[in-house]
Amino acid sequence: MKINNLGYLLKEGIRGIFLHGFMSFAAVIVTVACLLIVGSFSILVYNVNIMVDELNQTSEVLAFVDDTLTYAEAQTIETKIRQIENVYEANLVSREQALKDFIADHEGEAAFAGLESDVLRHRVVVVLEDNTKMEETVGEIRLISGVEDISAAYELAEGFTTLQRVLQFVSIGVIIVLLLVSLLIISNTVKLAMYDRKDEIAIMKMVGATNGFIRLPFVVEGFTLGMVGAALAFGLEWLMYDLLVARIQAMDTLNLFNLVAFQELLLPMILTFCSAGLFVGIVGSWTSIRKFMNV
Amino acid sequence: MIEFTNVTKSYSVGTKALRGVSMQIEDGEFAFLVGPSGSGKSTIIKLITGELKPTSGSVHVNGYSLERIRKREIPYLRRTVGVVFQDFRLIDNKTVYDNVAFAMRVVGTGTREIRSRVPYVLNLVGLEHKSRRHPGELSGGEQQRLAIARALVNNPSTIIADEPTGNLDPARSLEIMTLLQEINNLGTTMLVVTHEQNLVEQFANRVITINDGLISSDRMDGHYDYED
Repeated sequence: MKINNLGYLLKEGIRGIFLHGFMSFAAVIVTVACLLIVGSFSILVYNVNIMVDELNQTSEVLAFVDDTLTYAEAQTIETKIRQIENVYEANLVSREQALKDFIADHEGEAAFAGLESDVLRHRVVVVLEDNTKMEETVGEIRLISGVEDISAAYELAEGFTTLQRVLQFVSIGVIIVLLLVSLLIISNTVKLAMYDRKDEIAIMKMVGATNGFIRLPFVVEGFTLGMVGAALAFGLEWLMYDLLVARIQAMDTLNLFNLVAFQELLLPMILTFCSAGLFVGIVGSWTSIRKFMNV
Repeated sequence: MIEFTNVTKSYSVGTKALRGVSMQIEDGEFAFLVGPSGSGKSTIIKLITGELKPTSGSVHVNGYSLERIRKREIPYLRRTVGVVFQDFRLIDNKTVYDNVAFAMRVVGTGTREIRSRVPYVLNLVGLEHKSRRHPGELSGGEQQRLAIARALVNNPSTIIADEPTGNLDPARSLEIMTLLQEINNLGTTMLVVTHEQNLVEQFANRVITINDGLISSDRMDGHYDYED
């Protein structure tokens, strides 16, 4: 294809957008709406996932040290536990500190006044990187000599893991459905735009234009509309998310919700929006033009 | 050259539009194709432009065998055949100039060639002074002349005109037919489908009459062989 023609085809594609202003406007609005819904849902799922992750991290494993061992010996056990792969954090708590914490956690401190610290054992508080491997890691800790007993909330950890899995499963399903619906709506909008120009396409076919030549301006148009829609949706998403975060942080004095800043999501969001915009623009126009090509 | 050999065409609903048509139109010839509605004239045009494939028999148009043409070859066949319709089929939002230039653009002609060819063709059909107008601002006769200019601009060896005067008054019809005759005199093969007995007889060209899917007469003396 000559450069001369390529320039013409690109120009025709852009001209088509303005020539069919209302249809272009409708296509962009539909793209923006669909991408906003998909984007918002994805961000919501992402945040909920992080929150569940954080909650999950609070389920600790306690490794009780044999009560015949000294504090210094317990420290070597702490070091050994730290070296285990799935261990994120391990802190030795002396029996004296454990008693203090226990008393502080309970009302009526006087009732525990005579309690000696040797009723308790030194313990290592372990936070795991991945709680789905809790059972395995606990097994490894148990093998360290001097570790007498372990307390681990398997059920709680398992509950969180299940919650996360269900959430991921549901969110992937919902996002796929939303994307399909968006594609359908956008391709229908493009189809309407094509219908508007079926006479022009028929004339092009009649004078001997090749299918590629007929298609290209429409694909340029679809691409441009898709990108404009993606850019607008991205800007709006950013604006709305920032407003929402500010609003929640103002209300959430207890710091219950720890929301991710949009800046952190910038690259994945740009990539997602652009590829979705490109995909629906190009695939939408390519597939809907096929119907009008059989003249 | 257009050559039909024992061509039949049946539609999926069971209608037999052509039932063994054989004819040959030589390069540079002017032929009228006449016949009542539903006799198979439109089917013949669609077979020539590659919109339809024959059910049996063979169709050769300007070196292409239509019974086995590949889909991607059809645009190239159509560049050798200009088509003019009764309803003009112009693009309303393009100027007279752009309607003609558009036909050159979409087959990939460069700007320089377009700039020299379009005024020449508009001049040939007598529309050079209206090149900036839009089709809506033209009379019916002028719109048809514009459609002829568009059919002509890519220099096809054949022009098919499907009822080109169907929407025009007798004076304009004569004008258009004269223009087609002039174009034919320059060497373009011309096949004109029409109902206008007066015009056919006035031009004394070859007349092929089709009736119920069969050629009922093929005469060289301009004789119109059926009554509406």
